[in-house]
Amino acid sequence: MAKNNTHSSHEDQQGSDQGRRDFLKKSTLLTALALSPPALMSASDNKWDEKIAGYMEKVPLSLEINGKQQNLSVEPRTTLLDLLREQLDLTGTKKGCDHGQCGACTVHVDGERVLSCLSLAVMQQDTKVTTIEGIANGKKLHPMQEAFIKHDGFQCGYCTPGQIMSAIACVKEGHANSKDEIREYMSGNICRCGAYSNIVNAIEDVKEGGKLS
Amino acid sequence: MKNFQLVKASSPQSAIATKAKDNAASFIAGGTNLIDLMKKSVTAPDKLIDVTNLDLKKIEDLNGNIRIGALAKNSQVADDKDIKRKHPLLSLALAAGASQQIRNMASVGGNMMQRTRCPYFYNTDMPCNKREPKSGCGALKGFNRMHAIFGASDSCIAVHPSDMCIALAALDATVFVEGPKGDRKINFTDFHRLPGDMPQKDNTLEPNELIVAIEIPDNNFTKNVHYLKVRDRSSYAFALVSVAAALDIKDGTIRDARLAMGGVAHKPWRLIDAENYLKGKPANAATFNEAAQLSMKGAKGYGENNFKLTLAPNSIVEALTIAASK
Repeated sequence: MAKNNTHSSHEDQQGSDQGRRDFLKKSTLLTALALSPPALMSASDNKWDEKIAGYMEKVPLSLEINGKQQNLSVEPRTTLLDLLREQLDLTGTKKGCDHGQCGACTVHVDGERVLSCLSLAVMQQDTKVTTIEGIANGKKLHPMQEAFIKHDGFQCGYCTPGQIMSAIACVKEGHANSKDEIREYMSGNICRCGAYSNIVNAIEDVKEGGKLS
Repeated sequence: MKNFQLVKASSPQSAIATKAKDNAASFIAGGTNLIDLMKKSVTAPDKLIDVTNLDLKKIEDLNGNIRIGALAKNSQVADDKDIKRKHPLLSLALAAGASQQIRNMASVGGNMMQRTRCPYFYNTDMPCNKREPKSGCGALKGFNRMHAIFGASDSCIAVHPSDMCIALAALDATVFVEGPKGDRKINFTDFHRLPGDMPQKDNTLEPNELIVAIEIPDNNFTKNVHYLKVRDRSSYAFALVSVAAALDIKDGTIRDARLAMGGVAHKPWRLIDAENYLKGKPANAATFNEAAQLSMKGAKGYGENNFKLTLAPNSIVEALTIAASK
């Protein structure tokens, strides 16, 4: 998939080119503003129609992410995953395969677990998105996060945000009534380290603890 | 991914009219297959028509017939109380497909429209008559372990990938579509087609038609049903072979039967001869073995998938045995 930027946010955070990134962000926005006729920009109340979408490279998008209202401008081809990671620096949600095969990018949209890599950001208008960054209560970890630590439900940790988001939904859906059912309903989250048995134990613990319902 | 316009449709009519104006436009609902295909440049629409705001999400009981809106989510249908009670085979088939994340996104109509997972179709460096007509079929003499044993042609030996559709084919469902020329109904078993010399055409939809609903007629297949999916891992993988089996058994005798296979053809493979044989017979191993043998008429392997010639009849026997034991 084509990326909006030629460099990743991961490199940015570690490197010294934060200034360059900010410049790119601002200059891109300014360019978009400069290229958009004033009459068209007034369409940003999200009632943009076919004609306007055709003229504008980016389209307006309003949604709530981790309880915070976001009024954004995105290219139609931007996935929810890329929006989170590249535009909003919410890099807790991981890009694994980017093709819907691994589950590392799992987030909740309106309370349901979905794959952010196969979701177009522009189609999430007025939704409520929750990512791994949005589940702790201040400094107090979410019960599922605590259970993953207690049961050693990870090794390298790359799949863990997706596993935890999927696990929370699995319990809330009522699909965590046995180890077999947990395995079946967690099968969309792949763990190459093979922490599966500990992940199942963590989910079972949370389900039995009754803290999620 | 190539950039595109996105248009939000407010009614089926406006969606159809918008698509009719643009040859390179495509409808999008859940997007779980289309976005992937666009990322891999297998398809590159100029315009996506987002139909997710249309009022087509309901599951209704219409005098015994169950009508499912085309935008009902796969997870919604799988967990629906009426579906579980009246058509448990459909619920089982849906739960066997993909993962819960994908089922939460994927619509019923989109599931029907998903493309084959043949690796030659997905790899734009390879020949594929389905992706690029007249470029050849890479799978015919290539890696064809996942491929068809029924109804294939020299142009294409790809298989249809859905689980849901196998159950709907078995349950005599009807597809309701709207298009520029009006509304029409299509028998589910006529919706998908065999490849022939036009494998680029997966189904019998006319240009710019939109699926709006499917309907399942009332039946007695509420108990002795099973969806058996044989695959390389126990979950979250496409079928090597799958079997949708539905029996209506009274006092050990089969009164009625429905049988369809997945993973073996370019469309859900309904087994009418075997169904007819099963009717009136005792529900036992001898009957199931004979039905399985009848089902294999015309089967042909292409090398790596020869194992399906044995796996398919064994799976039929297994599915019927489990269904009868419930």
